[in-house]
Amino acid sequence: MLYGKRLTALALLTAVTVTTGFALAFFYAPMDADQGFMQKIFYVHVPMAIVALCGFVFGGIMAVQHLRTGEPRWDLRSYVAIHLALILGVGVLLTGSIWARASWGQWWVWDEPTLVSFLIVFLLYACYQPLRFSIEDRDRQARYASVFAIVAGAFVPLNFLAVRLAQAYVHPRVFATSQGGLPPRMALAFLVCLVGMALLYVTLWRYEIASKQTSFRLRALKRKLGGDDAVGDRGRSAAPSLTA
Amino acid sequence: MTPALPDNVGYVAAAYLVFLALVLVYVVIMASRLARHQRELLELEELADRTVRGGREREPV
Repeated sequence: MLYGKRLTALALLTAVTVTTGFALAFFYAPMDADQGFMQKIFYVHVPMAIVALCGFVFGGIMAVQHLRTGEPRWDLRSYVAIHLALILGVGVLLTGSIWARASWGQWWVWDEPTLVSFLIVFLLYACYQPLRFSIEDRDRQARYASVFAIVAGAFVPLNFLAVRLAQAYVHPRVFATSQGGLPPRMALAFLVCLVGMALLYVTLWRYEIASKQTSFRLRALKRKLGGDDAVGDRGRSAAPSLTA
Repeated sequence: MTPALPDNVGYVAAAYLVFLALVLVYVVIMASRLARHQRELLELEELADRTVRGGREREPV
């Protein structure tokens, strides 16, 4: 079913996990010796960044499936995956800027590889929607968008690699301590936040797909009952279409 | 005596509010889409009623 019990259960599980994760971050995880209370931003910023980047790769994988099978549903999945990852990307940039301001006294630092590489990935994907919108023919739009999603998706792991290889480690490193690794209580809180964020992504992904499928079905039904005049011209859109 | 708030509480609150605001805006947009679906469903019901009535009227007596 579209808005079925499984989606409701998933949404409930997401709400519980995200709330638990944030509660653990504030009340269970110890205060960071170096950054103090401001390090709590880590529990929302980093999971969001990881899930956003994974979402871009996920969109690329869906696009591979679309090119392999030619089925529009894979294009829809890829589109929604990238769309949601972009929304999370906005959150990552905003929370990252807030953390930078609190930590370094500046909203943005151009010589910081983590920030700049994420911005490059974000701006790359910001071209995805305009690219789709610029192509009127639905089949061509879906194919070109899939090629874009695959190439850009392959570029995303380079983001991690570039940051790891960069020498200027100015970005707050909270994954590693002098003893090596995150303290267990911090690690647990972080993992729960990460799982919560991943569940939120999956829930919203399924929700948006269900919504778009409902929209397509309603349109098809309207056409069936009232003919083409009842539906009207859909016009140019960046969103994929399941109907021919 | 109330305990003092930790340093940088404003920045931390702002970061979590950004996350909350993003989710809320998304949910509001999805809710508006749901409302549109419900409107379209009503239109379809009316259209189906008209089609059924039109079919009956055309049936030979």
